[in-house]
Amino acid sequence: MTNTYRESDRLCLENEEFVDILEERRHSSDLGHAFRTFSPHPYKGAPPCSAGELSKTVLDSQHLRYVTKEIATETGASVDEVKDDARVILEEMSQNLQLGFIRLMGYTLTKVFKRLFTSIYVNMEGLSMLQQAVQDSPVILMPNHRSYVDFLIISYVLFTYDIPIPVIAAGIPLAGMKIVGEILRRSGAFFIRRAIGSDKLYWAVLSEYVRTIVRMGFAPLEFYVEGLRSRTLKSLTPKLGMMHMVLEPYFKGEVYDITLVPISISYDRVLEESLLAHELLGVPKPKESTTGLLKASRVLQENYGSMHVNFGRPVSVRQLCQGKINRCQYNLIPRDLPQGPSAEVQACVSWIAHLVVRLQEQGSFISPWSLMACLFLQAPASALTEQGLPWQQLTEKTLWLKKLALSFGARLHWPGQTPDADVLSSTIALHRSVIYRKSGRVFLLLEDEPARKRPISAVDGVNRTAAAVLMLASYRNQSLHVFIRPALLATAVRITKSTRRDELFVFFCFLQDIFSNEFIFIPGKSSQDFEEACFLLKECGGICVGQEEVTEAEAGLEVLSFLCALLQPFIDSYQVIFSFLYELEAHVFSEKEFVPAVRSFATKLILSGDLHTYEALSSDTQKNILSAVRRLGAVTKLRVSEQNEYKVNKGAVRQIENILSGKIPPQMLQTAPDARL
Amino acid sequence: CGSTSNTDAGGLFMWMSLIGHSLRQEIMKWNGWGYVDSKFQFNKKGQAEFTGKRYRLSGMVMPALKEWFESTFGASLQHKTPASAIPNSSAVQPPILNEAFVEDLKSTGIPFSQDAEDRVFRAHGHCLHEIFALREGKVGRVPDMVVWPSNHNDVVKIVELACKHNVCLIPYGGGTSVSSALECPPEETRTIVSVDTSQMNRILWIDEKNLTAHVEAGIVGQELERLLNESGYCTGHEPDSMEFSSLGGWVATRASGMKKNIYGNIEDLVVHIRMVTPQGVIEKSCQGPRMSTGPDIHHFILGSEGTLGVVTEVTMKIRPMPEYQKYGSVVFPNFEQGVACLRELTLITNVFAGHALKPQKFYITKFKGFDPNRLCVATLLFEGDRERVLQHEKQVYDIAAKFGGLAAGEDNGQRGYMLTFVIAYLRDLGMDYYVIGESFETSVPWDRVLDICRNVKERIIRECKERGVQFPPLSTCRVTQTYDAGACVYFYFAFNYRGLSDPVHVYEQVEHAARDEILANGGSLSHHHGVGKLRKEWMRETVSRVGMGMLKSVKDYVDPGNIFGNRNLL
Repeated sequence: MTNTYRESDRLCLENEEFVDILEERRHSSDLGHAFRTFSPHPYKGAPPCSAGELSKTVLDSQHLRYVTKEIATETGASVDEVKDDARVILEEMSQNLQLGFIRLMGYTLTKVFKRLFTSIYVNMEGLSMLQQAVQDSPVILMPNHRSYVDFLIISYVLFTYDIPIPVIAAGIPLAGMKIVGEILRRSGAFFIRRAIGSDKLYWAVLSEYVRTIVRMGFAPLEFYVEGLRSRTLKSLTPKLGMMHMVLEPYFKGEVYDITLVPISISYDRVLEESLLAHELLGVPKPKESTTGLLKASRVLQENYGSMHVNFGRPVSVRQLCQGKINRCQYNLIPRDLPQGPSAEVQACVSWIAHLVVRLQEQGSFISPWSLMACLFLQAPASALTEQGLPWQQLTEKTLWLKKLALSFGARLHWPGQTPDADVLSSTIALHRSVIYRKSGRVFLLLEDEPARKRPISAVDGVNRTAAAVLMLASYRNQSLHVFIRPALLATAVRITKSTRRDELFVFFCFLQDIFSNEFIFIPGKSSQDFEEACFLLKECGGICVGQEEVTEAEAGLEVLSFLCALLQPFIDSYQVIFSFLYELEAHVFSEKEFVPAVRSFATKLILSGDLHTYEALSSDTQKNILSAVRRLGAVTKLRVSEQNEYKVNKGAVRQIENILSGKIPPQMLQTAPDARL
Repeated sequence: CGSTSNTDAGGLFMWMSLIGHSLRQEIMKWNGWGYVDSKFQFNKKGQAEFTGKRYRLSGMVMPALKEWFESTFGASLQHKTPASAIPNSSAVQPPILNEAFVEDLKSTGIPFSQDAEDRVFRAHGHCLHEIFALREGKVGRVPDMVVWPSNHNDVVKIVELACKHNVCLIPYGGGTSVSSALECPPEETRTIVSVDTSQMNRILWIDEKNLTAHVEAGIVGQELERLLNESGYCTGHEPDSMEFSSLGGWVATRASGMKKNIYGNIEDLVVHIRMVTPQGVIEKSCQGPRMSTGPDIHHFILGSEGTLGVVTEVTMKIRPMPEYQKYGSVVFPNFEQGVACLRELTLITNVFAGHALKPQKFYITKFKGFDPNRLCVATLLFEGDRERVLQHEKQVYDIAAKFGGLAAGEDNGQRGYMLTFVIAYLRDLGMDYYVIGESFETSVPWDRVLDICRNVKERIIRECKERGVQFPPLSTCRVTQTYDAGACVYFYFAFNYRGLSDPVHVYEQVEHAARDEILANGGSLSHHHGVGKLRKEWMRETVSRVGMGMLKSVKDYVDPGNIFGNRNLL
């Protein structure tokens, strides 16, 4: 099924028309745009629904009645008290979409966007499919999340093209921002707490609120299936709770169908780029506050290149679920009764969520800059900061990589009319915050040092370089999904030194398994992924594929080396942390001490020259590794409390390390699919 | 899906008592619904009219029908698909005869026939594919003989002979099946004998002290009602098909009548059943109104669809004819409100018979500022003593008002009831002009009614589109029966098949998909049409594997030789 979607997605690439929506704004009145006649066709002519009506429907729902009663019995509170609590939750959550505010936002955003971006490209075909889709079924807009800018861009585009404005699931911190929170609310945002945990009432209110929106269909629902803004610009493992809430009305027959629209938002340059690296290095993210945002107004002075908003082909949930979900399972229990999802439903929800992430990846646009970042990171950090890379060589290699990316089916944002050399020069210019060119060589730009009394310590030096490297890594990550499957295969070929297809497949699966928090793979599709890797790598001349054999092609050296090098920082980081784990003195460690301990461990190794990647310093990588070893059963959680503690099985860690370094062959590791809801 | 208006005091149409066994064939269509003399047609001016004298609608011209017909289906009076005129006897395969059986049967003196026309007439029910094939003059496997028992003992003899000679028996009542129940299994190689119960049509006694009547099972609904009325009684069981369907058929399919809110469904109405099976006669020893004697054996018989034996005699509850009867109707702004109101009414009172439907435009078009595309009509019937009827009527209208319903008069109510019976005739009109369709039903909990209606209607529309139907189909529904815990929902589905090479196949695929959708939305496999052969494939998931085993073991014990070999249900 995945493959079918991929093929059709590629087909429509041929005649896609992208329009720069800023172009018109630059030539006509912003006010005129803000006050344009807005008359979208909603789903089945569903009447508009005020925020008050929506809340009332939710509060009066049978589901909430059940849950309130249940909680009242459990806690000894009166039903009315629980109901009041529910009302408070709902007030905190509720959107209050008003067209007037959309107009105001429209006006403001036009001003801001024109300043920030050269162009904002939107695919017209996707928009017209969306326009049709909103009339046929409730629509769920599912963008990826790489920047705060994502937040209102979709509403802005839909407003411009007469499509109903969505209500948007947002994190509660945004609601806390003075004025801005209220503006967002009135622009259709509803707010969800971050750590809901086992708060039954909150879950009930939230899920009923979401389901009611889907059921009524008066507006599309927009949410980020990745749950968070990705600090690494890489896709995140999709969150399943919200996805399940959204799909439930279909499972339960409350709507005929639901349409999912994956949306890929790609940036040449992300507004938050310098924040990203610092967050990953443990400088905590500033709490969202209005003044913080205003301080960020420095950001407005800069140019951020182009942005692509690619509306994917609408996907019918009904079609996706055919043969996967037996809707009769809801026949014997009242549908309003709180009921945990069956294993079948969990698997299906997880599959759909992963599929959407994959579709987002396939719809996203790769900039020349991201390709260059891939290449930068294959050079030693010292070479980048001290000697620099020869410009000529970088140009040639980037053009080579462009060809490879295209043959792997990537969508590139590569201005066609401009000579390649100019494209690359302007790319460097756009990213002068990270890189600079001097006398035919390109250097990594380290951040200005704050004035200090004492000289920079060695550790500070590492951190400085790490900040720059991680920023580069984030941009590299934008294109990782294009290369990841062939890269896993190339790595399998190099590490196992095997030519047997079945052995390579086992190792390929092992890599997918161990890296399943780093790269998003659709559960249960390993053999398709493997086939795809074989096909792509064969097509580009990297390998020869026989019935039983896979061998390195003679001319395959360059491709294979590039792909292995692409994955190397990940492998190195994982190995380092494996060493950390089995060199631990105790068998138990707490979550709190894990990150700083790993960081200092890795820093030492970088200083001693034993570790070549700075990516091991990223807290994101560290957390992913912790999840991986837990998934593989090498580390177990002991206590769930404020101080999560873990127990290490050093033998198991050692074994994983040995498999990863090719010392022992992997068994078919069977881990339970990650289908938490 | 037939008539209901036969309780009209004036007796607008009369059922002639069938003395000769083939008389029924002479007054009824062999390849369509109902009486030969009654049908819709477009006259020379292009206006629709209903012929004959039997119904209130007979002789009336309905100018709005043509426009509705053309605009709903994109049909045109220029594009005709007439049926082949006469039954084609040469298309019928010669009978497979078990000579020894025929000889023994002759000696009993029970009338029988091997005439092709008699056999074809009893080889089908009224499913679309059955009627469509007949109109094209196509005939498949048909019974090899027809036999007319005239009482219980005749049936006992026939079943004994069938067992002795290993002959397949298929009981035949009114022939109004819509589940392929009467279709002869094509793989059947034995002689198939159609046991036509039409001559077993007497009321054997009426017990006025206990208000029961003992009736032969071949009696047809309207005849039963007419004869009881003569004595001042009624059963109150009025399925849409009651002009033609038989008491035995009702028992064998678990029939339901329009007035079941007042009188009950067939299972509530029967007090005693007598059935002849290959193992002998099954019946209870007394007529106690309720018993605790293990599982009720009546429930092995009710819904057995002719797979276990022939129902020969039934004792039924009767009631004095109602003193007063009043139709009524309520118009709601939309279907949702109409359904909500019916649900509320069911909670409060069971004194009316009613249903809610979305009217087609030839029926009610405008009503007091309601959106004609959304409005919904509920038709009502009140029965009882005058005072109470009026009291109930007021109560019902008061409740309806809470749901935005406005009383729309007796006339509309009566017309609504009339519509139920003409629909079956309408299908024949459609088939003259490239339009085929059918209705099918389900039962579903209240909270699912609106969801199932929306989803099934939508599924039908999308399936039609996917299968290349060139014109938008008619896909509509109504709530016909209400219960405390749910309702019976009817779907109407018809489309213009111009441009399709195998329209019946397309129809069947869409109906199949619609049934899947019904089941996925918590609807039942059938409320009262039964399973027959049409819906057999879903039986296991409907009643569970163990349930199937139970039913099978009953069949295996009662009829080990599969004498009653119509292969329905299991």
